[in-house]
Amino acid sequence: MNYYTDLILILDSTVRLAIPLILACLAGLYSERAGIVDIGLEGKLLGSAFGAAAMAAVTGSAWLGLLAGVGVALGMSAIHGIASINLKGNQTISGVALNFLAAGLTTFLGQSWFHRGGFTPQLSGDQRFGPITLPFAPELASVPVIGGLYSELISGHNILAYVAFIAVPVTAWVLFQTRFGLRLRAVGENPKALDTAGISVTALRYQALIITAVLVGIGGTYLSIAQSAGFNNNMSAGRGYIALAALIFAKWKPWPALATCLLFGFLDALQFRLQGVQFPLIGEVPVQAIQVLPYLLTIILLAGFIGRAVAPKASGIPYTKER
Amino acid sequence: MATIAQTPEQRLATAAALPAAIELDGINKHFGPVHANRDIHLTVRRGTVHGIVGENGAGKSTLMSILYGFYTADSGTIRVDGKAVTITDSRHALALGIGMVHQHFMLVDNFTVIENIVLGAEDSALLGRTLSKARAQLKQLATDYGLEVDPDALIEDLSVGQQQRVEILKALYRGADILILDEPTGVLTPAEADHLFRILRKLRDEGKTIILITHKLREIMAITDEVSVMRQGAMVKTLITEQTSPGELAELMVGRRVLLRVEKGPANPGKVMLAVENLVVVDDLKVPRVKNVSFQVRAGEIVGIAGVAGNGQSELLEAISGMRDQSLGQVIINGQPVSAFGDDGAARLREAGLAHVPEDRLRMGLVTNFLEWENSILGYQNDYGQGLGLDVAKAKAEARERIAQYDIRPANTDLKSANFSGGNQQKIVLAREMERNPDVLIVGQPTRGVDIGAIEFIHNQIIKMRDAGKAILLVSVELDEIRALSDRILVLFDGQIVGEADPATADEGELGLLMAGVHDNAGSTDAARLPEHVTPVEKTLTEMSPLPNKDVQQ
Repeated sequence: MNYYTDLILILDSTVRLAIPLILACLAGLYSERAGIVDIGLEGKLLGSAFGAAAMAAVTGSAWLGLLAGVGVALGMSAIHGIASINLKGNQTISGVALNFLAAGLTTFLGQSWFHRGGFTPQLSGDQRFGPITLPFAPELASVPVIGGLYSELISGHNILAYVAFIAVPVTAWVLFQTRFGLRLRAVGENPKALDTAGISVTALRYQALIITAVLVGIGGTYLSIAQSAGFNNNMSAGRGYIALAALIFAKWKPWPALATCLLFGFLDALQFRLQGVQFPLIGEVPVQAIQVLPYLLTIILLAGFIGRAVAPKASGIPYTKER
Repeated sequence: MATIAQTPEQRLATAAALPAAIELDGINKHFGPVHANRDIHLTVRRGTVHGIVGENGAGKSTLMSILYGFYTADSGTIRVDGKAVTITDSRHALALGIGMVHQHFMLVDNFTVIENIVLGAEDSALLGRTLSKARAQLKQLATDYGLEVDPDALIEDLSVGQQQRVEILKALYRGADILILDEPTGVLTPAEADHLFRILRKLRDEGKTIILITHKLREIMAITDEVSVMRQGAMVKTLITEQTSPGELAELMVGRRVLLRVEKGPANPGKVMLAVENLVVVDDLKVPRVKNVSFQVRAGEIVGIAGVAGNGQSELLEAISGMRDQSLGQVIINGQPVSAFGDDGAARLREAGLAHVPEDRLRMGLVTNFLEWENSILGYQNDYGQGLGLDVAKAKAEARERIAQYDIRPANTDLKSANFSGGNQQKIVLAREMERNPDVLIVGQPTRGVDIGAIEFIHNQIIKMRDAGKAILLVSVELDEIRALSDRILVLFDGQIVGEADPATADEGELGLLMAGVHDNAGSTDAARLPEHVTPVEKTLTEMSPLPNKDVQQ
């Protein structure tokens, strides 16, 4: 029973840690499917985490925080869009620039607004998204096996977490069952085919970027005012990059993306759990060695087990109308 | 619409009574200083096949792009079915019933046929509904016009001919009444081209109007009712096809008399420079494509390899030039056997005195993103070494010389190769290979996708090389070219040399039969001469070769 509780706890933190990855990964899915490489996901996560925390701290409302988080991501997407769609610039460079911008600007603005070394004030109560208790969770908690599963693992997350999980089937549906999805996939593969069919490549790519911004904005918001109680420096900690890696691993498909993000979340959760644990023969393993585990496995998985991952063909290539 | 087959005169007479499908009046289009279309007048009658011919860069594609809404004309009026219209974009053109089949297909490779067809013309926000409706419509179109394609096949799994059918279906699905085809046969095998023409005739008989852009006069003569000739942005003349000849059209295209036959003196063959002995080449799927081929090319002669595309020519060329490992046999250059094995096979052959103008200049002959001068030293960079660096000044100087010598236009060493026309790209490759003064020159499809003026020049250069005592192996799917240039013709069928002919005496019918595999010992694939390990696959190959062609029954 003890092991079972342990497992539930690890799975629970798996879910919590996977949420921002799922959101960022789906965000990246929309833009890469539309042919825009978004290496700036990392910066957008960070920027919107800061925006959300700052707004929540000032106004006291988590919802306004969410609005601000998404707003920041939209603004950054707009820059990325102008640079890479209208001006046909290099998308990777534009994305990296956004990452630097976010890292520098969040620290700078955080310090000049709140004077706490880049941190935002500690948030509490309505300034954060609190856990939602699903119906009957407390009542079922004592039921063996499924009780723990339901009350710990499924119930008790905040609204943004549920949004992330709902976003997966919605994305799958949009991508493969709707006209918009068909065009989105086409514009990432062969934008000329759309252009000659009389559909605006520019408009479609901006639409994709807007969806990307909304999703990654929610992800950033989750980081600072749902998972944590405030913003701290560089709190995205490479999650944007890991989300991109997960996207490749998942071959740009929504359900595999969910599975991959959960796997990465699991590795992260395991890492927390294993700290300070005595291993047979080896004894206690240094914290740093355990912390490196998820990253190491990421490399191994990406290098060895991914098989053929073919990116959308037009990904990263600005579209120029020519004849 | 009437479905009874009519004679061309009847068709034109019927069409004259109706408003013209398309009428262009005084169309002008400038790109910067370039006057791409000058005061174009064109009438395309309803229910006819109208050909537009002209050299590369004559303005055909620009004109059609204006019609399809890619560009807007600087001045002039367009009338569709007698009504003046301003076509603002492709969507508008489609709405007017104008569909276009582009030279480079506008298809999404990893989508299915049906997804490609509905893309951009979905009639519901939900895909399921759109697709089921399209499926029914597609079936109708397939039976109406003989355009059969599996709707659920992925584009990347289809042959080029089938992909083109998808493009045509795409236009018809959108309700196109007027179909523009831009160089449709450039990428097709002869059998696929024949199939395409059958489809086009059927479409015409069903009342569709077809505009065919091409620079192949044979196609114009074979299928069009009327033909318009463009030259340097202007519409030179519109003729009734039955009342003209390829000679007249060629003359109008180029603006001077063209020699469709090449002037050349008798050959003066010397010693054997290239000998191929018992060559066997298998393709990537381990299917033998060249089966025990032996021949010799002497100094001062041109040996032409004739054959229908896909009978082993490409593999033969690739093996002799060291791009593909042969399985058995020997290549002997100037008396020395040269091993073409390994990645450096091509380099070793070049050192031995062989130069190669590959069949596909875009894939093998050039790096299109490189500048002209960079391409002009490609493969010979070591000759321009300067320590660790490259003697750019020398390379450019030589590139400039060749530009002058081969009349490469524009005369700019610093222009990206992609920005040259097909003919000029080919000249860059030819100049590079010929100016190395090789003993043996191998030329694949020297004039594929090249306009008439450049063809003449390239032919003369090849003759000049011969007269300078070089051994030349020429492979081309254009029989006329083989006949005009070669001193000896070898016919390749199903990977074997099935006959030799003297171009002076051979008639086209005889060669055609050889190319079709009808010869004295027809049917027998001569398995006894083949190495043993080839024989088992041999049988399956004979059964499926030439490549199966899913033609509909007429």
